[in-house]
Amino acid sequence: MRHIISVLLENEAGALSRVSGLFSARAYNIESLTVAPTEDASMSRMTIVTNGSEEVVEQITKQLNKLVEVVKVVDLSEAEHIERELMLIKVRAGAKEREDMKRMADIFRGRIIDVSDNTYTIELTGAGHKLDAFIQALDASAILETVRTGASGIGRGSRILRA
Amino acid sequence: MDRIKGVALTGAEIVIRCLQEEGVEHVFGYPGGAVLYIYDALFKQDKVKHVLVRHEQGAAHAADGYSRASNRVGVCLVTSGPGLTNAVTGIATAHMDSIPMVILVGQVPTHAIGLDAFQEVDTVGITRPCVKHNFLVKDVAELAPTIKKAFYLATTGRPGPVLVDIPKDITTMSTEFLYPETVSMRSYNPVTKGHGGQIKKAVQLLLEAERPMIYTGGGVVLSNASQQLTELVKLLGYPVTNTLMGLGGYPATDKQFLGMLGMHGTYEANMAMQNCDVLLAIGARFDDRVIGNPAHFAQNLRKIIHIDIDPSSISKRVKVDVPIVGNVSEVLDEFLRLIRAGAQKPDAGTLKGWWKTIEEWRSRDCLKYDHTSKIIKPQYVVEKLYEVTGGDAFITSDVGQHQMWAAQFYKFDKPRRWINSGGLGTMGFGLPAAMGAQMANPGATVACVTGESSIQMCLQELSTCKQYRLPIKIVSLNNKYMGMVRQWQQFFHGNRYSESYMDALPDFVKLAEGYGHRGVQITKPEDVEPALRDAFKRKSELVFMDFLTDQTENVFPMIPGGKGISEMILSEEL
Repeated sequence: MRHIISVLLENEAGALSRVSGLFSARAYNIESLTVAPTEDASMSRMTIVTNGSEEVVEQITKQLNKLVEVVKVVDLSEAEHIERELMLIKVRAGAKEREDMKRMADIFRGRIIDVSDNTYTIELTGAGHKLDAFIQALDASAILETVRTGASGIGRGSRILRA
Repeated sequence: MDRIKGVALTGAEIVIRCLQEEGVEHVFGYPGGAVLYIYDALFKQDKVKHVLVRHEQGAAHAADGYSRASNRVGVCLVTSGPGLTNAVTGIATAHMDSIPMVILVGQVPTHAIGLDAFQEVDTVGITRPCVKHNFLVKDVAELAPTIKKAFYLATTGRPGPVLVDIPKDITTMSTEFLYPETVSMRSYNPVTKGHGGQIKKAVQLLLEAERPMIYTGGGVVLSNASQQLTELVKLLGYPVTNTLMGLGGYPATDKQFLGMLGMHGTYEANMAMQNCDVLLAIGARFDDRVIGNPAHFAQNLRKIIHIDIDPSSISKRVKVDVPIVGNVSEVLDEFLRLIRAGAQKPDAGTLKGWWKTIEEWRSRDCLKYDHTSKIIKPQYVVEKLYEVTGGDAFITSDVGQHQMWAAQFYKFDKPRRWINSGGLGTMGFGLPAAMGAQMANPGATVACVTGESSIQMCLQELSTCKQYRLPIKIVSLNNKYMGMVRQWQQFFHGNRYSESYMDALPDFVKLAEGYGHRGVQITKPEDVEPALRDAFKRKSELVFMDFLTDQTENVFPMIPGGKGISEMILSEEL
């Protein structure tokens, strides 16, 4: 099953490699991993999307907690949460395709953030499946480049992860 | 403690002062370019004694053996690059067995890091998966606080090796020396006290058991809880078994002790594990060499109570009903308090029936071997070693058949007397670990049970033993084979002894003499005991005993790989 795990950890050199090393050493899946400092620059917040049985995910959270630099771990998928991913997608937009492409971006609430004679770069935010749907909706030959950040997640309402 | 406040010291001096502050008496190491300033600072004082090994693997194993035999932190000091990579086997060995160690490593100067400098390796990267934690010190002001943290991390929670990588330029810079009194880390707060409700539940389950079993591991030894364990087992009257790492945690000569369990455990211990209805696991981790195939183990229904300081050890291979996270000794104190305060006692009649079944299993006498042989049986050597040393020696071992025979036939009544590489299974561990054990316990009897293959993996340390006059007794069970490899090849690879026979072995007697020690070769069973008696009388000499043993002897019982815990091969079945 897919799980989305949030990790609060010390913002120190090497902390990321401890996490990624743990996943490879113990043969856990990583679908995506995002990390950046929080409002407190001494700490980073990481979101890991993984796949595994309940037993494996239990081990993943325990092993993450065991890392000395990890402050807190929570499996967001255990309760109500929101996840968002950012995609930048560069598409072919010559005279012929321009109108269609603009309309398609609008339907998905994407924003065109760069324009050239032959291309648009569209910024799209949403859950992973929405980004997938946008890619599906386009003609494959129109896609020139895609960049995705991987999911970031946060608990709903008063569910808060802090040190 | 005399504390120099406001006085500037160099990084190298700070390293040594930190060791003094931690009360470190011995450091095992080997000098080199990146640690020259630290060695210079070491030279200028005499509180911290340095033990010069002959290979950095020996330094790590010696520090490890020192820790296991003394419950103190083992410290080793090696240089950058090959100094560190040589030590990695020893660090990984300590990590697998959760041994508190601090490894100080030299690194190329900070400005040279990442430029493929001479003797540069990514020490933090290489060791990350085999340490509890590691640090690279980039500022001399961080040096003392980092070393303080290293000792704190190594000894608290689930213990383990912690490494500090120190670039050479940091050792030459100066700063005010202040050794922190305490450590506080928001990301590291190990639990020590078990959950009260869970403990109550566990005690209740335990008292109502019809076929109880207590299974304990290295956690009992590491948390110094053998006294509490013994009291608990006596109070309940239940059977108890120890893992390879847990031997000595409960007195092996006591009748409630069923021997070691696992791949080469006793018939009675393994059968009781499989057939119990309530299992109390203490500081043990249900690893593959202990319970064999977890699916087979799960076929029998039983309630499992698991006490461990590491939450990730719980429900890792076997699903647990009552998990208790905490320090074993604190949790057992609570168990004892509750049982003594309560009125309920185990049902004597039910327990009697269970013991009757166990005694039937025990009567199989699964460790029996041929006593009439004209060739020396390795088991006989260990039995005699036990007698001659009065069961009171520190015994280290290497890895293989000799290790299993030592575990089966030397009855450890006290913790920290049995020192072996249980998790990683490192050949070459025995001799340097014995050096550490002897350094930690001068005057004590220390023996290394080994084989002709293992001993050659850290043989160079015979030279260290001479330099420090360590009167270790080496009991080498020489069957000219990598015995355990040969056994598996016999059982599972159609007697094809692929590369497990060692031709051109050295003359171990002359070899020992070459290093300045005493060497003897023993070829006949009747000479075994006299040779041992003579060797152990020599209190100031290292004696290398080369016992030529039966080449075809196998370790029984044996659970074949992938089989269940009760699917043992016994000696008479072959």
